[in-house]
Amino acid sequence: MTTVSTSRTPVFNPHARRVVLAHGGGGQLTDELLRDVIRPRLTNDLLDTLDDAALLPVQAGRLAFTTDSYVVQPLEFPGGDIGRLAVSGTVNDLAVCGADPAHLSLSLILEEGLDMEVLRRVLDSVQATAEEAGVTIVTGDTKVVARGQADGMYINTAGIGLVRPRRTLSTDRIQPGDVVILSGTVADHGLAVMLQREAQPWITSELASDVAPLGGMIGGLLDEVQGIVFMRDATRGGLAGVVSDMAEQSGQHLTIDEAKIPIRPETNYAAEMLGLDPLDVANEGKVVVVVRKHKAAAALRSLRAHRLGQRAEVIGAFGEDRDGLCELLTEVGGRRIIQKPYGEELPRIC
Amino acid sequence: MCLALPAKIEECEGDTAWVRIGDARMRVNLVMTPEAGVGDWVLVHAGFSIQQVDEATARETWDLIEVIPQEEEDEVMR
Amino acid sequence: MTLRGRMTRLVQDFARTARTIERDVSFMEICGTHTVSACRSGVHSLMPDNIRLISGPGCPVCVTAQRYIDALIELGRRDDITLTTYGDMMRVTGADGSLELARSEGADVRVITSTMDALDIAAAQPDREVVFAAVGFETTAPATAAAVLTAEARDIRNFTILPCHKLVIPAMRTLLSNPDLKVDGFLCPGHVSVIIGSEEYRPIVEEYRKPCVIAGFEPLQIMAGIDRLAEQVMRGEAKLENLYPEAVNPHGNPAARALMDKVFIPGDAAWRALGVMEQSGLDLRPEYAQFDAFQRFGIVLGEDQEPPGCRCGEVITGQCVPRDCSLFGTVCTPINPIGPCMVSSEGSCQAWFKYRRNEMKRRRVDERQEVIA
Repeated sequence: MTTVSTSRTPVFNPHARRVVLAHGGGGQLTDELLRDVIRPRLTNDLLDTLDDAALLPVQAGRLAFTTDSYVVQPLEFPGGDIGRLAVSGTVNDLAVCGADPAHLSLSLILEEGLDMEVLRRVLDSVQATAEEAGVTIVTGDTKVVARGQADGMYINTAGIGLVRPRRTLSTDRIQPGDVVILSGTVADHGLAVMLQREAQPWITSELASDVAPLGGMIGGLLDEVQGIVFMRDATRGGLAGVVSDMAEQSGQHLTIDEAKIPIRPETNYAAEMLGLDPLDVANEGKVVVVVRKHKAAAALRSLRAHRLGQRAEVIGAFGEDRDGLCELLTEVGGRRIIQKPYGEELPRIC
Repeated sequence: MCLALPAKIEECEGDTAWVRIGDARMRVNLVMTPEAGVGDWVLVHAGFSIQQVDEATARETWDLIEVIPQEEEDEVMR
Repeated sequence: MTLRGRMTRLVQDFARTARTIERDVSFMEICGTHTVSACRSGVHSLMPDNIRLISGPGCPVCVTAQRYIDALIELGRRDDITLTTYGDMMRVTGADGSLELARSEGADVRVITSTMDALDIAAAQPDREVVFAAVGFETTAPATAAAVLTAEARDIRNFTILPCHKLVIPAMRTLLSNPDLKVDGFLCPGHVSVIIGSEEYRPIVEEYRKPCVIAGFEPLQIMAGIDRLAEQVMRGEAKLENLYPEAVNPHGNPAARALMDKVFIPGDAAWRALGVMEQSGLDLRPEYAQFDAFQRFGIVLGEDQEPPGCRCGEVITGQCVPRDCSLFGTVCTPINPIGPCMVSSEGSCQAWFKYRRNEMKRRRVDERQEVIA
């Protein structure tokens, strides 16, 4: 028989502790969640109107518009959390297209039972990252699904930004001789998250994710340096995914020098332990820039002047061949092809 | 087949040890190297220490694995 | 000196040796981890023209019989079973999909990195059966044996293994008994040798007069191993050399061998694409039969269906290279693998596809060290 203690005082406002289904029902509890948890953290003039849509003044020109959904586990990891990821990822997608990220939407899908404290921390992180990136959250939505139908929480963000005049960035513009710059160390995000997630109770590490909004750094680069040809943020699929795509889409031959690719020793150790190739592992705060050769030094200076680009390096160059392949000049001077990874990296023992 | 890395034992408790590989710590089973103790280097495969190795050669292996900045050579960007 | 500088020097020495041999020479790296390390670091691209590296049968995923994969998938699909496996096995295809697919359909399949994790899972959920996919060569088999012994000691009754461990020396003997085999020497697996010891190769060196060199897995260690093989060929020698003495001793690791011997007994085993080889696998000893998933769940292995046109059997016996196969890179790719050597990340076909496709295009990369002249 179970003894039920009646000596404790009843919990005041139990739904302030955890997300319950009614928080997404559009009724009083939804209002309470918005009033007490979400709006105090994300307040700004556009969002505070609480209209069904945000009304944005627009200048003449072209808008960049992007959307992305975020499903990371665990929700909080060394170096960041799903909130920072959701803002950074969308900001970075806008920035690499030559746009100035301006406004984001924020759509939350919460699992019944989510600890309200986690939600508060994630929202604080959303706001802090938005401020860091100079963007505002102008509209949003919240839904709650039954326990077991989501993994804690999912976030979707969409973002818009005004494209800078005369900024056409495209793999079509890539020419032989163009130089490839990477803004910093590879594989930090993927390995930091994997060590938390893949049931690796027997590994502990100081490794932290690199998740960060790159709009400021990229904006500075575009302001200061002419001759930027193309950019892509290296996220899922790792550096390998980006450089193999650039070679294939441009139809040019790209050679990457492994010895030039910045990597933290702790990341390298973790990759060795799990049998993973760091080039295949995700990043969330790195951009790959293609620039005309005579502007490479200026681009490198500009990136390195920014806090998030201090370890930027020239890692490769496009050659004369038109075979659409990306080749790696390895650490020991051998050559091999870089191919896009399969899609999910599994730790291996062989 | 069979990835294995050298690591240094930092703590032992029965058949279980914590070893250091760079800045990471990893739990390994010592049943195959019963004589290894704190301060010794072992080769780790799939959560097991499979052999005791001497420190100098273990460090040499890490020298081969670690990324050394190659300032003097610039082959791609000449 | 940088790694690149050290390798350049080694390659120059090696090229001189290779020139004096004055004929085409093939060396087999038996071990899949050697294959991947060599491909990933571009060691293949540094070979002199007359030296060919071929990949042997040392990828446990590639040589695991299809019927075993089918049994794993069947077990994984049962509601009362949690299947634990090394990540290596997730994408191998059997007659009815892969473990990755089975997991997407609801099977409880967990990727682990140590057999002790499987035991912990079993201890944490005593009402479910936990099966471990016990694949791998001698490096990995002692860890399985340790898990079985620990399960016995801790009285964990819901833990079983589906044994499929393989032995390297019997496989080498089978290869060597094939008169078509054109291999001038073996690069022997460093970490298998840690367990079995270097002396296990001596009878092979003496009976078949083939140079055997044991090497570690870093690109420089691999290149040094191949260089030693070439020197032996140049001198007309067949010797056993151990270039990994810090880890490999003459008689291996006695504690690890004792674990294996206590739990397992050598038995005939079916190898994918190679058929059944005598005494080339490890069966559970009768006294540990209660840990045998075959017995507990009444698994009877079916027949293998080799995919038509697939030449994996010839690839892992060194009779052809992946690009000789008409399926390679056309219908058989890492995303849609037909043969086992394309499935495994350390399979020779996948390694070729991922790292050496440029050679198929016959590009003139060899002469160039600069991209921008």
